[in-house]
Amino acid sequence: MSRSDWEVVIGLEIHTQLNTRSKIFSGASTEFGAEPNTQASAVDLGLPGVLPVVNEAVFRKAVAFGLGVNATINKISFFDRKNYFYPDLPKGYQITQLAKPVVEFGEVSIQLGDGSERLIHITRAHLEEDAGKSIHDEFHNQTGIDLNRAGIPLLEIVSEPELRSAEEAVAYAKKIHQIVTSLDISDGDMSQGSLRCDANVSVRRIGEKELGTRTETKNVNSFRFLEAAINYEIERQIDELEAGRRIIQETRLYDPRKNETRPMRSKETATDYRYFPEPDLLPVEIDDTYIEQIRQSLPELPEAKAERYCRDYKISMQDATVLAADPAVATYFETVAKMTDDTNLVNNWIRVEVLGRLNRDDLGIHQAPISPAQLAAIIQKIGDGVISGKIAKSVFEAVWDGDAIDVNEYIETNDLTQVSDDSALAPMIDQIIRDNPKQVEQYLAGKTKLIGFFVGQVMKQTGGKAHPQQVNDLLMTRLK
Amino acid sequence: MKQRTIVEILKNLDNKTYSSRELTQDYINAIESQDKVLNAFITKDFESALARADEIDQLRSKGDAPRLAGVPIAHKDIFCTEGVRTTAGSKILENFIAPYSSTVVSQLADSGVIMLGKVNMDEFAMGSSNENSFFGPVRNPWDISKIPGGSSGGSAVAVAAGLCAAATGTDTGGSIRQPASMCGITGIKPTYGRISRWGIIAYASSLDQAGPMTRTAEDAAIMLQVMAGHDPKDSTSINAPVPDYQSSLNDSIEGLRIGLCKEYFSDGLDDNIARAIQNAISILESKGATITEVSLPTVKHAIPAYYVIAPAEASANLARYDGVRFGYRCDQPKDLADLYLRSRTEGFGAEVKNRIMVGCFALSAGYYDAYYGKAQQIRRLIKNDFMEAFKTVDIILGPTTPSTAFNLGEKSDDPISMYLQDIYTVTSNLVGLPAASIPAGFSDGMPIGMQLIGNYLSEATLLNVAHQFQLETDFHLKSPGEVA
Repeated sequence: MSRSDWEVVIGLEIHTQLNTRSKIFSGASTEFGAEPNTQASAVDLGLPGVLPVVNEAVFRKAVAFGLGVNATINKISFFDRKNYFYPDLPKGYQITQLAKPVVEFGEVSIQLGDGSERLIHITRAHLEEDAGKSIHDEFHNQTGIDLNRAGIPLLEIVSEPELRSAEEAVAYAKKIHQIVTSLDISDGDMSQGSLRCDANVSVRRIGEKELGTRTETKNVNSFRFLEAAINYEIERQIDELEAGRRIIQETRLYDPRKNETRPMRSKETATDYRYFPEPDLLPVEIDDTYIEQIRQSLPELPEAKAERYCRDYKISMQDATVLAADPAVATYFETVAKMTDDTNLVNNWIRVEVLGRLNRDDLGIHQAPISPAQLAAIIQKIGDGVISGKIAKSVFEAVWDGDAIDVNEYIETNDLTQVSDDSALAPMIDQIIRDNPKQVEQYLAGKTKLIGFFVGQVMKQTGGKAHPQQVNDLLMTRLK
Repeated sequence: MKQRTIVEILKNLDNKTYSSRELTQDYINAIESQDKVLNAFITKDFESALARADEIDQLRSKGDAPRLAGVPIAHKDIFCTEGVRTTAGSKILENFIAPYSSTVVSQLADSGVIMLGKVNMDEFAMGSSNENSFFGPVRNPWDISKIPGGSSGGSAVAVAAGLCAAATGTDTGGSIRQPASMCGITGIKPTYGRISRWGIIAYASSLDQAGPMTRTAEDAAIMLQVMAGHDPKDSTSINAPVPDYQSSLNDSIEGLRIGLCKEYFSDGLDDNIARAIQNAISILESKGATITEVSLPTVKHAIPAYYVIAPAEASANLARYDGVRFGYRCDQPKDLADLYLRSRTEGFGAEVKNRIMVGCFALSAGYYDAYYGKAQQIRRLIKNDFMEAFKTVDIILGPTTPSTAFNLGEKSDDPISMYLQDIYTVTSNLVGLPAASIPAGFSDGMPIGMQLIGNYLSEATLLNVAHQFQLETDFHLKSPGEVA
């Protein structure tokens, strides 16, 4: 059998840490990177007699997400206890939402490499507390427990098993990442574990009705690893099935060093979590006014933003989508656009020059060495005909590399101003005509393409500072 | 010794009949002489008590003493008390020093009470005889061969024997009312949520409720006044104003509609108790109350529902005692599973392990609907019955327990008979209603308790009726002889 005889079925569970200042059930700080166990209160430690109190901010963020993915916001939701023993779970249960999550039935559309779009349904998004961290490699023969992370609010976003390839899964995960960062409900920093993916993967022969046995690859913390982990799992499962073996339903871990998944040491011996409603918390009621207030204060999502750019700045939808994808890039774009007249130049310069170099240097937009004001100054000079596009690029490079700070001053000091004075150009053009009689003859005989040759000569002599169109016009009059 | 009420103590301290130090020392002497036999105290905190008494004496001399300044009390060892050992009657917390205080402990401390120590209880409040304590059984001062009731057995005995003026208790299925009944004192379990649960070691979160245990209804009103109120640290605490419980104690009960639940006077009830309750009814009738029979047909399902819900919640609440962060840890664990298994096997007593297993079973996949789900349905049905009854009556009256205190060890091998001790009390926990037990007579020298159940937040009514009854009777004034 060939690979094309198999259909892949993927569902993603994405755990997003919400960027609240304090934890979901205690007043302890959520700041990342503090000394171990310095941000764990009596509640986070699960001391005898403590009680959880819900941080209202987590509901605001969950509702914002729900509105961002056109989901149903449940007017009444409640928490459940999920029971299992593990040293980094202080109470011996996790407070989560099983029976009635705050968000259900959402959808996002994802764009694929071939330009097509697919609608992916979101089963649910529920609130829960993060567990602490077990540190296995720092202490000989012992495990360290850091409870700073215990009680960090999580929104677990569960997709329907509608994804059909690693590419789709990554596009979906990126879309969710874009939404949670655009809505400012999570910092989305995957390297710090703010967004972690669990991939449920199974395969079945094309045409089969029953789903295959799935495995769950847990805690994948980059899009690249997500793609690799899923592809590995697909290949492994097909190999197993084609060899006549069966897939074991299990939890697996992706090892990026070996680029493979392998069965995880089981977190709990029993898989029965004995869920039941959390008696320490009352059901949470949300009314329409609350939802409406959040809707009013929602930041513009990338799709809406792209449509607006397309409409207001008259740029293509494709370009607009690139500029609107990351809220920080979008802000950068809008800032530069406000300071200049030619939005199309701004569009091109940001996409090609700025994003291109950021990508090359592996930097974020916040780290861009050129400020919106500096870029706007350069673009304005092109528009005003002060410098040519070619010179502009060299100015841009100088700013990027730290050799220039004030764009105007740099152009002045280095004498880069475009030669736009006809009287300065005319003698130069006359001289070039005199020096190249053969080309003049051919041009006059009908070989008009040679105009490029003359323009090139002028540009060479001006060091690129002449305006090509102006040179062109002058030459045309002289060569009649 | 003569047993004092809070009212008497406050009067005598005000009149300087004795100082707070003298009074505290008097109680310490009583504990030293009697508690070797009674075993009511797990932890005595005499040094701090005397130091606090000196402070109170100073405050009193300056005239700015808080309202309960100098009242010697004891806390059930389920209330976390900062810097003091808090065990919940369990080996697993034998050496646990609480790093913070429960809201109840803080509120009472702020009101000026003097804590003499922490009192005995069934382990994690699971029991009806106080025989399930790691620190040994408590003896009933009316007859030391008998149990005091549970789980707040230490609290009831300490008050009954005059080892403190009042004590705190908690009541999950009857744990304040049943020992109060068996030791001849007054106890009230308020409406669920009336008193904060912050800092109370959880047994069954949806049922647990703290309350005062005192000699008189008036003392209970004084204690409850301090303990009740909304606490932002407890999401299930009720955000409603706390009425002045003392001011309504002397209201007339003319026209009070008392409901008698026929299901509470059925076969299992001791004849002497039935007679005592009939007598109590006629006393209340003579004061103008009217009697109606009400039916609560679903209450017969209360015990099974309780013994599913409470263990289910307990199975999760007790998961944190795993030997990892605090409490008992087994010797030389060979791996994580061994650490969990042996710490919990060695640290918990038999009844606690029973209930954890029952609770895990009731919540497990495939059984949840048949047990936990059904128990919650029963809970709603019982609530409906009570709400229907409260359309026609103000309070429901009956016995607190089916029998008076039994012998130590008598029911140890008969858990069903032990569980049936709670038959009249668990319903108010399942529904969240307030209920009080007050002394109503004696049977063969052992106290009989009468239970008053009211509608939500009707504590003032219950205390009013109890006080009016106590104005006509002297059962609550009787004291057991000294045991040593």
